[in-house]
Amino acid sequence: MLRDITLGQYYQTDSVIHRLDPRVKLVTTVCYIVSLFVVDNFVGYILAGLFLALVVKLSKVPVKFMVRGMKSILFLLLIALIFNLFLTPGEVVVSVWKLQITREGIRQAVFMAVRLVFLLMGSSVMTLTTTPNQLTDGMEKLLGPLRVVKVPVHEIAMMMSIALRFIPILLEETDKIMKAQMARGADFESGNLIKKVKSLVPLLVPLFISAFRRANDLAMAMESRCYRGGGNRTKMKPLIYQKRDRLAYGAVFCYLVLCIAFGKILL
Amino acid sequence: MGIVETKNLVFEYIRRDEEGNVEGITRAVDDVNLSVGQGDFIAILGHNGSGKSTLAKHINAIHYPTEGTVWVDGKDTCEDANLWDIRQEAGMVFQNPDNQIIGQVVEEDVGFGPENLGVPTQEIWQRVEESLKAVGMYEFRKYSPNKLSGGQKQRVSIAGVIAMHPKCIVLDEPTAMLDPNGRREVIRAVRALNDVEEITIILITHYMEEIIYANKVFVMDKGKIAMEGSPKEIFSQVEKLKSLRLDVPQVTLLAHELRESGLAIPAGILTCEELVASLSAIRRRRGWG
Repeated sequence: MLRDITLGQYYQTDSVIHRLDPRVKLVTTVCYIVSLFVVDNFVGYILAGLFLALVVKLSKVPVKFMVRGMKSILFLLLIALIFNLFLTPGEVVVSVWKLQITREGIRQAVFMAVRLVFLLMGSSVMTLTTTPNQLTDGMEKLLGPLRVVKVPVHEIAMMMSIALRFIPILLEETDKIMKAQMARGADFESGNLIKKVKSLVPLLVPLFISAFRRANDLAMAMESRCYRGGGNRTKMKPLIYQKRDRLAYGAVFCYLVLCIAFGKILL
Repeated sequence: MGIVETKNLVFEYIRRDEEGNVEGITRAVDDVNLSVGQGDFIAILGHNGSGKSTLAKHINAIHYPTEGTVWVDGKDTCEDANLWDIRQEAGMVFQNPDNQIIGQVVEEDVGFGPENLGVPTQEIWQRVEESLKAVGMYEFRKYSPNKLSGGQKQRVSIAGVIAMHPKCIVLDEPTAMLDPNGRREVIRAVRALNDVEEITIILITHYMEEIIYANKVFVMDKGKIAMEGSPKEIFSQVEKLKSLRLDVPQVTLLAHELRESGLAIPAGILTCEELVASLSAIRRRRGWG
């Protein structure tokens, strides 16, 4: 059903990773991505793989959920693989017609593929274990210091969470308008691409009008409930670091140090 | 002085053409004097475009008077310093349940008002619990608002207002988009708030059935107050209500017709029970019972 849609494919269960502070998860994801680009030998990748496996295990999210997300980058993965395989200069291993596969090429291609898979899996662990709401909260808190340089952090977070709240409502409305237009003979399916795009106009115009009307109503409702920006607001669910969050930070720090030590300096 | 007072309140909408020249002026509220006491249940009636919603928005300082003054709990709504106090003391519930829920979870939405007021976290939780219990929505606190019915969403909106501890709640056609069941739920919740918590209620509606619980009814027409009095007094003037393009509940209409045709039935019958009682009284008097 349209109304049950959740953005960012959150997987509902109870695990240590789910209970972590969203800020920890955001920071960890960024660190993990950085670590993937820092390491460039086998030991480093084994480390990264172990770390990922541990987190996935702790998160209790079935591995098939992760693999499902891989499908979307299969094409990208193949291109990266082929280009690296054939276009890296070095010691020739196999030579077919004008194409040459080099030892360096194989190494490069495998690393690239592993890097991409880890990257996507690493970030999907975050979106699978954190609700969009927690994510916006975490981002607001993390980017808080940017307020000094006049970045409207609270406003951006508020906009994101309102957008999330209205996605299902607007989807439902699109559905309704579509049916109403179809009942009056509109055709959304046949014709070539240009015709199809043109047929969306009678759908988008009413949708935009209604979205603006809703925005106006919502702004009034927010003002009448004393909303006046981020200034002296308090939080119903404030983010406070627990013991497990500090432990997680420690673990991530150790992982980073190990990555740099084994994945970069040695060998 | 009452909780809400207006004196010679006038509000004009200025219509402009594309260049910004004044095309015309519509007087939406015209010389309204209103006085609402603490703990009252007031109903404001009127057909579409009678100015009742515009009047309501003055009480929450969303509109400012063109002429005249509005006081909420003795504070003038025109003064900027009073703005947030007034919005906290006079909460507002709007017509469309979808367009006034901000949170993605019921409890977060109810907490939105107190968060804005800077209430400490501990107390927010306490207020959310109390308000959700007051409207009977506590067991839905973890739900997404998208999964609730219209009547439930409106009750959540009401809880969101109560959590700000207002003295008065203005409900601007809260039931207009609901089915009969949802309407009943909402009106029951509103009456309970008035009875138990003694919060002043200003209910704006065009459903006649909803005003029979009010202490006092104002009927608006063309921006002016056309009638005022208790529900009984209002409903005893069936002809006048019809001339203001308002429908009367069926029972009241039937009683009115019977009275017109010569039966000794008192004016302003509001419920079925009353009509049955007065009809059987007539039967007894005539010796048929």
